Amino acid sequence: MMQFDEFFSVVRQRLGSDKGDESSKKKTDIPAGLLFKCPRCRSVTFIEEFERNGKVCPNCNYHSRLTARERLRITADDGSFREFDRKMISKNPIDFPGYDAKQKELREKTGLNDAVLTGRAKIHHEDVVLIVMDSNYMMASMGSVVGERITRAIEYATEKKLPVVAFTASGGARMQEGIVSLMQMAKTSGAVARHNEAGGLYISVMTDPTTGGVTASFASLGDIIIAEPKVLIGFAGRRVIEGTIKQKLPDDFQSAEFMLENGFVDMIVERNKMRRVLAHLIRLHRMPEIKEVGSDDK
Amino acid sequence: MINEPLSASRRLDIIRHKGRPTALDYIPMIFDEFFELHGDRLCGDDRAIIGGVASFHGTPVTVIAEVKGRDLEENQQCNFGMPHPEGYRKALRLAKQAEKFHRPIICLVDTPGAYPGVEAEKRGQGEAIARNIMEFMMLKTPVISIILGEGGSGGALALAVCDELAMLENSLYSVISPKGFASILWKDASREREACDIMKITAEDLVRLKVCDRVIPEADGGAHNDPQLTAENISAYISESLQNLQRKFQKGLDEMLNSRYNKFRVVGDFDEFPHSDTQPSDNAAE
Ligand SMILES: [Zn+2]
Repeated sequence: MMQFDEFFSVVRQRLGSDKGDESSKKKTDIPAGLLFKCPRCRSVTFIEEFERNGKVCPNCNYHSRLTARERLRITADDGSFREFDRKMISKNPIDFPGYDAKQKELREKTGLNDAVLTGRAKIHHEDVVLIVMDSNYMMASMGSVVGERITRAIEYATEKKLPVVAFTASGGARMQEGIVSLMQMAKTSGAVARHNEAGGLYISVMTDPTTGGVTASFASLGDIIIAEPKVLIGFAGRRVIEGTIKQKLPDDFQSAEFMLENGFVDMIVERNKMRRVLAHLIRLHRMPEIKEVGSDDK
Repeated sequence: MINEPLSASRRLDIIRHKGRPTALDYIPMIFDEFFELHGDRLCGDDRAIIGGVASFHGTPVTVIAEVKGRDLEENQQCNFGMPHPEGYRKALRLAKQAEKFHRPIICLVDTPGAYPGVEAEKRGQGEAIARNIMEFMMLKTPVISIILGEGGSGGALALAVCDELAMLENSLYSVISPKGFASILWKDASREREACDIMKITAEDLVRLKVCDRVIPEADGGAHNDPQLTAENISAYISESLQNLQRKFQKGLDEMLNSRYNKFRVVGDFDEFPHSDTQPSDNAAE
């Protein structure tokens, strides 16, 4: 039930912030909490059906946001996840007014200690280090804790020779942490650089929304970059661009499909196939097995 | 060196002064020779970033600079100092070339940010910045970055992963422009100056936050009052810093790369003590 409410609040936020949606509140007789209105195609689905469909819009296949825990549940083998650094919480590097209180409130509300979970896990028996961002926590903006947890997770993977799988979602930098937030881009990308140097595999899975400083750092640096269908991926905010060019952008601008077409994503994979695809890709990168060409390892 | 610290918003006025010298002014004053090299070999030649091979007191170096225009015509050419992906890719090409020929790299940073436009997104603005950040971290040659005026966000960081970061006395380096900060957090772009003063973006702030290593003094009242003097101060800094870095480099490449990595690795402000109110709820996972 907790998750249901959480999710609803996200949908509501989005509806609220979307343009031209004032009418939708008045129009519906059914309480809005029972409905999912797709931000992509604007069709309305009963929340039950939407959830049964893995939080994917049945009309247009938009892959909606999951909490980090939901993502883990559909990605990691049961009971295999061992979380890293769960006691790490952020301080207030630029003494931004109200930041501490906001953090405390969000920790209580979301049960998360910041916008990312990291840890060891298995995906179809393959050992991996998992990084899963959660947009319910300050739109998964990247501050000290997000940057540090991701960096440590990648460093751990490099040391243990494990592949890294990162589910990215982020509104970008955490402005309340000022320049310290910007430096997390260098920190996380530096860790990826070293993982590369050591020959480690890194698969980045872009989920809704992957934008700003996260797109401009580790999310775009995977050996393989996967995206979920119809999700938002981009660097600059849509409104910023529209403000610059003084015209409306097409709906599919900065979508997963747009990124694929322009050559910045390797493949688009549906949620219900993600585990299998990840496991197979990891298997293909495991050196010893590759020697036996054509042998089907089970 | 610095008499009394000015507020960030006062410094904003100084770096916006019409006569503020840009990279185009400084390059001929700092380097004896400069051959500009054009293009990213992929798409085009971005005029918001120029680069090339130069001689600094007889030492060959690679210079990569973000360029702001001094008048409207120049600004139209260099897009007000807002690079497209091809600018960052040109920078990376020249950085790799510097690595090949064992030349130190000197980056001059001055940008409101990477250009937010349709073509920039199509050509992978995010990817271009990300790749620079990653590649600069591993470059096997010394890298110095100097913020001349505005260091805006990822668009600045793409040229600021370095062994030493210096800032001109009045320059500002921030995660987002003060205007952007005000409009996102307070939904009111007109509170720019207020944002400026709470964002902690001056050189002194950034020294305290362990982001900036050195503050380079400007002429009294700002670089525009005496560009030549400011250029001399920049030159003095580069001389000293190159010597230090070459010495460090000679001790071993690994040591230099480790210290570059650690320069960024240590930035972050968090606690790891267990607090009773911070236990995450235990859900199905784990
Ligand atoms: Zn839809």
